[in-house]
Amino acid sequence: MRKVSFLALIIATLPVLVQAADLRVPLSSAAGQPMTVGITGTGDGVLYLIGPAHIIKRSVRLDRETSVVIKGEELRTSGRWIAVLRSGDSSQTQVFWVTPAKPENLSFLARPSRVPVDRRGVISGMAFVFDAYQNFVLQPAPVAFSLSVGGSSASQTVTSRNGVAWVSSSSARKAGPAQFVATLGETSVRRVVQQVASDPCNLRIHVVQQGKSGVVVETDPVRDCTGNPVPDGTIVTFTQTDSAGRSTVDARIRKGIARAELPTAGDAQIAVAAGVVLGNELHVGGRK
Amino acid sequence: MKYLLAIAFAVLTVVLIAAGSAHQSSTAPASTPEGAVQSMFNNVQTHNWKAAYSYVAAASNVDAGSFQRDLQGRYSSLKTYSQLETINTRVLHENDNEALVRTELKYSTAVGAFYETRDLKIIRDDAAWKVLWQGEKEASVPPQVIPVNYLRWDIIYRGAGDDWGAQNVENPHVRILSMNPIENVGGIIILGEIENEDTVPAFVSVSATLVNKSGQDVAQESSFDKTSHVLLPKEISPYRIDFPKMRLADLKSVRMKPDSMLVPAAADPVIAVLHQRVEKNDKGRTVLRGELLNESGQTVNIPHVLATFYDASGKIIWVSDGYVDHALLPQTPQTFAVDLRDDLAAQVHSYRVTVNQYSLTRGE
Repeated sequence: MRKVSFLALIIATLPVLVQAADLRVPLSSAAGQPMTVGITGTGDGVLYLIGPAHIIKRSVRLDRETSVVIKGEELRTSGRWIAVLRSGDSSQTQVFWVTPAKPENLSFLARPSRVPVDRRGVISGMAFVFDAYQNFVLQPAPVAFSLSVGGSSASQTVTSRNGVAWVSSSSARKAGPAQFVATLGETSVRRVVQQVASDPCNLRIHVVQQGKSGVVVETDPVRDCTGNPVPDGTIVTFTQTDSAGRSTVDARIRKGIARAELPTAGDAQIAVAAGVVLGNELHVGGRK
Repeated sequence: MKYLLAIAFAVLTVVLIAAGSAHQSSTAPASTPEGAVQSMFNNVQTHNWKAAYSYVAAASNVDAGSFQRDLQGRYSSLKTYSQLETINTRVLHENDNEALVRTELKYSTAVGAFYETRDLKIIRDDAAWKVLWQGEKEASVPPQVIPVNYLRWDIIYRGAGDDWGAQNVENPHVRILSMNPIENVGGIIILGEIENEDTVPAFVSVSATLVNKSGQDVAQESSFDKTSHVLLPKEISPYRIDFPKMRLADLKSVRMKPDSMLVPAAADPVIAVLHQRVEKNDKGRTVLRGELLNESGQTVNIPHVLATFYDASGKIIWVSDGYVDHALLPQTPQTFAVDLRDDLAAQVHSYRVTVNQYSLTRGE
């Protein structure tokens, strides 16, 4: 009778002894935040958390109800994770998601780095929103853009969509390095867009000196149509036509002025051009 | 027998080496005016300057060093990198004591052949004919200080450690101003002009793709030496792209693509192009002549002249180029001539000349 009772006790407790481990993972968690994984079972096991960039491994002693705490700094990468619990020959898996933390960082693309003044919609700024762990944040976040040059500035706040916020802007009328700043909360990223003079405007030449061997001509200060000085080194072509043929000098603007010495023989016509922009013509010599 | 064969081969080797290294020079007195010129230039061809100088008449009043520099070139000019290839002589006039011999010389260089024609006066010196050599006047620049304070552009590119969003320096903006495809001697030639419309120097090239009637690309080529590759701000250069053995009638379109790259450059030297005129040369060919004047303080070793020709409507009808075989000394005029197709001469309404330069003292 005692033998029968012992056998009945064994049969009654067997389901508990062979019960498979149970894995409970939150369906989503934020990057950088601690997370608790609940496990039910007995015996020894190994818990794997497989993420987009790395794997976490924990040895666990299953004692009916066990909690495994994953530290925040271990869960930095957002995306799809898989939790796997190996216990004996059996394994349990569960998918969970780690979402990005709150927006904290920006990557800012500003194009172009150099642009002529007074052009519409030529500057574009594009900000990509990231959290503190460089996870791309798809949730909307307000990004403030400001473009300033020479004391004048324009700013605009744009809410990011799918992690991207962008603006386009016209270049200012004044040449100089424009500060293009994108701000997200406490974070600012600065880029410089060099705004440079446009094509020369009202290009004019005059005679500086005239002698037997030739004539020295120079331009008035060369400026674009909004009054910015055209940079030094820009080519200004002087062309002289006289009885001896045609002479050309590709002079460089130096200190805002281009100058050339031409070997005039008698009557001569002198013209000036910079790129495709033509200037005035001069007649030197006797007759007009 | 074994040793005999070895000795025979050794002797043969020595004989062949001796034959190969022996100069084909001769200092034998010339019995004809043409013979004197031929012998002199044959020695020039083999760089036997001493033997070549032996055919120069004492009355020439030129020393051996100057004579050698006349023929070998100076100041690392194109001529110093050339090799005399062919010599053609023709007696224009001859009597008992003197003669005039037209000598056409062809030099080969890395950038193509260049030609020189000299009318040489030959005189009878004792029993032999000798060349009365007219030495080149060696230009000398008076000692002086030429202040040069032109701009120079240097570039700092983005570094490897920069944030991926950080900008790199922008490539220069260039624009094709014009493009004109023409047919010439069984091929297609694309002519046009390109402008650097930016405020920084640009290394530019223009490529063209020919598209046939069924829309397929049939040929692609880019401008090589008939363009200026380094353009300063607002500088305009012609370009010419040649497609041999192609016909315009077989094409649907031509796709053009300008490329540019930001490069370090200097704004000097300034080379003035003076007294340009279209005229006939002594062979009756149409050429554009002029003078180059290097306004900087450094020697320009190899000048390269590019000429763009326009018709009355302002359309580009031809682009030609030519290398000058003399270096450009500072402040010293140097003549040049570039060819113009005779059949186009009547259509040419205006032209524009630009100058490329290659200098040993400059990095760019």
